[in-house]
Amino acid sequence: MYYRALRVKYFKPKTLEEAIEILTKIRGSRVLAGGTDLLVDLKTGRVDAEALVDIGSLKELRGIEDLGDRVRIGSATKLQEIVESGVIARELPLLRKAVEGMGSWQIRNLATIGGNLCNASPAADTAPPLLAYDAELHIVGPNGSRVVPITRFFTGYRKVSLEEGEILKEIVIRKRTWSGWSYIKLGRRSSFTLSIVSVATLASVRDGTFEDARIALNSVAPVPIRAYAAEEYLRGREVSLRVLEKAAEIAREETSPIDDVRASAWYRREMVYRLTLDSLKNSLGWS
Amino acid sequence: MQVSFRLNGNWVSVEVEPGELLLDTLRLKLGIRSVKRGCERGECGACTVLLNGEPVVSCLLLTVQVEGTDVTTVEGLGSDPLFRALAEEFVKNFSIQCGYCTTAMILTTYAYVRKVYEGGKGTSTEDIAKAIEGNLCRCGTYPRVIKAVASLLNRLRSSFPP
Repeated sequence: MYYRALRVKYFKPKTLEEAIEILTKIRGSRVLAGGTDLLVDLKTGRVDAEALVDIGSLKELRGIEDLGDRVRIGSATKLQEIVESGVIARELPLLRKAVEGMGSWQIRNLATIGGNLCNASPAADTAPPLLAYDAELHIVGPNGSRVVPITRFFTGYRKVSLEEGEILKEIVIRKRTWSGWSYIKLGRRSSFTLSIVSVATLASVRDGTFEDARIALNSVAPVPIRAYAAEEYLRGREVSLRVLEKAAEIAREETSPIDDVRASAWYRREMVYRLTLDSLKNSLGWS
Repeated sequence: MQVSFRLNGNWVSVEVEPGELLLDTLRLKLGIRSVKRGCERGECGACTVLLNGEPVVSCLLLTVQVEGTDVTTVEGLGSDPLFRALAEEFVKNFSIQCGYCTTAMILTTYAYVRKVYEGGKGTSTEDIAKAIEGNLCRCGTYPRVIKAVASLLNRLRSSFPP
């Protein structure tokens, strides 16, 4: 065995309340959902845990539901379930597209959407679509439940707005009609790879004018971000190539990438411009 | 901790450490050698098993997590007609070189063929390639694996047209 053996306690609560109680009472306990990030981090020593609280099979955290004006996704829903869901394909195609390109089949069958968000990697691939859709995150904890907009969930590098004992319960997205969407992931190869830059865009156009637009990016800042200034610039503007180019330039300036093993900051910034422009074009049906 | 699950159709009960990986339990305690140790971090797919019919990596799965589930490895598929047909195609198409990834590769493609067969998925070359993206083959047999799977699907389609 190349990696160290995992010395942890294991708890499998039967209810969400029980899970919160264990997390609150046991020092050094951590939530285990799919485990595809956590177990690697434990093996390599990047994180430590005394005990794992397995919430992966809690019924109240599973499943995808069409609630009429909203879609609800349980936090422990497997990525592959999202790829295969008719509701997601119909209502949240941008999310489907992003999740389809995550990990491999073997990984998507274990990994969960909530785990991807709570692990808070700047390169989390579920983040750009959920940021673009303005998802609401429903959190439960020892002091009751609360709702946090995803735009305020990521608080810093690998940090999220979860207090001790709190668990992300579900992700709720209000339905809304967009005239187009697009997701582009740039990696070192075409699949099963970490993002160098990913961009998700939504556009709503009427009579040749942007009513609204959303641009969300990962891997170009300490947390996944929205390019608010670029969105603001597009709102109310007539659609033209010049306008798209200007919006992509603004988006580039909103990012703060770093140099790392996957790419340089300079390259990432240029790719933000290029991919935002391409993604906006795709959202408008230009090819 | 005591864990019980169905391994290749038979219930097994085994004493494990809470942090023990399914990969280790299978190889070291239950004599399942088809499940290979590779990268141990979910990237190579050599340790693939089927969990309730779906491929997963056993290096990122605690044995305690599979309590009550169905775990399948190639040891349990020897008499499965679909598996035998797929294995035949692997041989015919020379889809094996060194063999290290083969047990995992054939499990993943078996799960894929079943999904297609049961009507859930497409059958293009891209779809087959997408299905095996989590199975690394350092010999580079991918085109031959895709050929084997496509050939089996064609055979199935001609004998059982939709």
